Amino acid sequence: MKTLINIKDLHASINGKEILKGLNLEVKPGEIHAVMGPNGAGKSTLASVLAGREEYEITEGTVDFDGKDLLELSTEDRAREGLFLAFQYPVEIPGVSNVNFLRTALNEIREYNGQEQISAKDFMALVREKSTLVELDSKLASRSVNEGFSGGEKKRNEIFQMAMLQPKLAILDETDSGLDIDALRIVANGVNKLKTPENGAIVITHYQRLLDYIVPDFVHVLYDGKIVKSGSKELALELEEKGYDWIKEELEKAH
Amino acid sequence: MKKQSYTENELAKDLENQEYKFGFVTNIESDKAPKGLNEGIIRFISAKKNEPDWLLEHRLKAFEIWKTMTEPEWAHVEYVKPDFQDITYYSAPKQTKKYESWDDVDPELKETMSKLGISMEEQQRLTGVAVDFVMDSVSVATSFKEKLKELGIIFCSFSDAVQEHPELVRKYMGSVVPMTDNFYAALNSAVFSDGSFCYIPKGVKCPMELSTYFRINEGGTGQFERTLVVADEGSYVSYLEGCTAPQRDENQLHAAVVELVALESAEIKYSTVQNWYPGDKEGKGGVYNFVTKRGICERNSKISWTQVETGSAITWKYPSCILKGDNSIGEFYSVAVTNNYQQADTGTKMIHLGKNTRSTIISKGISAGKSQNSYRGLVQIHKNADNARNFSQCDSLLMTEECGAHTFPYIECKNSTAKIEHEATTSKIGEDQIFYCLQRGISEEKAIGLIVNGYCKDVLNQLPMEFAVEAQKLLTISLEGSVG
Repeated sequence: MKTLINIKDLHASINGKEILKGLNLEVKPGEIHAVMGPNGAGKSTLASVLAGREEYEITEGTVDFDGKDLLELSTEDRAREGLFLAFQYPVEIPGVSNVNFLRTALNEIREYNGQEQISAKDFMALVREKSTLVELDSKLASRSVNEGFSGGEKKRNEIFQMAMLQPKLAILDETDSGLDIDALRIVANGVNKLKTPENGAIVITHYQRLLDYIVPDFVHVLYDGKIVKSGSKELALELEEKGYDWIKEELEKAH
Repeated sequence: MKKQSYTENELAKDLENQEYKFGFVTNIESDKAPKGLNEGIIRFISAKKNEPDWLLEHRLKAFEIWKTMTEPEWAHVEYVKPDFQDITYYSAPKQTKKYESWDDVDPELKETMSKLGISMEEQQRLTGVAVDFVMDSVSVATSFKEKLKELGIIFCSFSDAVQEHPELVRKYMGSVVPMTDNFYAALNSAVFSDGSFCYIPKGVKCPMELSTYFRINEGGTGQFERTLVVADEGSYVSYLEGCTAPQRDENQLHAAVVELVALESAEIKYSTVQNWYPGDKEGKGGVYNFVTKRGICERNSKISWTQVETGSAITWKYPSCILKGDNSIGEFYSVAVTNNYQQADTGTKMIHLGKNTRSTIISKGISAGKSQNSYRGLVQIHKNADNARNFSQCDSLLMTEECGAHTFPYIECKNSTAKIEHEATTSKIGEDQIFYCLQRGISEEKAIGLIVNGYCKDVLNQLPMEFAVEAQKLLTISLEGSVG
């Protein structure tokens, strides 16, 4: 069976400090993987490196994304190939309407893939369909990108963008942080509804809470720059119950 | 009968006598004055244009005043001062360069115009390619002129206005920008070449945007342009100046004067897109743009300036409003972009004289490359201006580490009932914003375009629709590859 993304022995550092120290992770189509771990384990670094943030230096390892060498692609081409990052802290772009932003993005992706530009009519129909999916007030769609949005609105807007751009692989970077229970449910619902047998997701989270709503196929524990333990959904519950210290102890025993 | 006060032959004689003294070349082409500036040249210009005596006297007086003045040095710009004796002050209206066929036009110019979304017909008009559309263009212009004529609107070149409507020109010329105003205004008053004149009669709302596009007798744009717009009581006009297409011009110094007169309850909306040659990437060449623009508002009237400035090596420009009448309104919306080695010192003056006068200033400066961009503004509330209000917002956006943004707001208030608000921000274009766009598949170039246009939205919204679309593209093109 083909892989969506295959990360092998990935090492990455920032300002000379190594954060990822030989990370392995494979996601197949139709799978949702949760990556959990304590603060400072390298969760957000993983998201940033995959998306192509320039501050990080890749010192070792390979990332195959749907048959392409991901690390050779520019940030925008990774996005056009179907990699989407839902930001932990979505950025505000004053004066640029959400719809204008998304239409530009969608058309750039379509152009890259040799498709025609979307017509205004089809685009607006898509906006209506997808904003309903994430219960996003259609007024938000015409407002400036994230400007003056509440924390919950920003995260919902990320999921809305994901729905609009229909990526092969979505990486959700602590999308649950700062969300109340209703917003959490809406965001998770959006992710669940967008799941297809062809696409996949990496859900990065600190807490198990989100996983009550998004049921992952696999749970991984990221610790000190590596995946140190993988398992099923039950692993998340165990982490919730015991915290991360037992993993630390287990690792020390092994050495 | 029009009196020729000074003929070309007389001038030629004068010049022959002065040849040694001024180092003039001996062969004087009849349609071009020799380099340099003296009384003889001014008489020559006036004679060439068949001007009435009063105008010649006006020019000569301005020249006398100019001679006593020195170039201003307070602006935050550095440049080699022009040699005023090394400039040609008159040449017969130049035909825009005619190409034999569309294939001869510089491909780079064509590409830029395509990027701006300028229609093929207009591209050909701008480059002066003589093709079939000329008939079409003339007919458009003709029906346009007929419509204006029906309404009693006068819209013509300044020279034509001097001949055909001398009473209006004489009454209003210099009434807003007196020749004594400043060094460049004095120079312009002495040697102005041509420009536009517009008069809207009482109570008439001009039904279309007046643009120099439709002035068919337009030659090459003059070095010393003079524009006068008079909106009579209760009238309205929206006037467009400039265009987004690259303006290539051999003249280095441009010193224009624009005067707006809004009589009681009139409204003038004046929009400018300035895209003169900014010099090359190393900062060589480029136009010096030293402009004096000012409007006067009578009771209940309104003047609104909107400008998008992306061109010129040096810009020195402060479109201003004198809010003389009670309840009058002045507005200034500006986007100034500087890139490479460009320098801009621009802003506005809002002079509140009347009661309940209101002014709004929205200025957006964008600096890229190694450029310097300054906002300089004055809000002045005089002692009788009860309940005057001003709101100013001056934002600066920096694209690189090496560019500069400066704000020089001056506030003078002599009335305690005034309310003045000033907001200013300086920000660097966010790497996070660009990364966010890239992650959505948007190229860096488009990302900058989006972010910058979003930043300037409040100003671009003031432009007439079509102009706004072109201006947005222009901003993106001006900043191509400029993030550092």
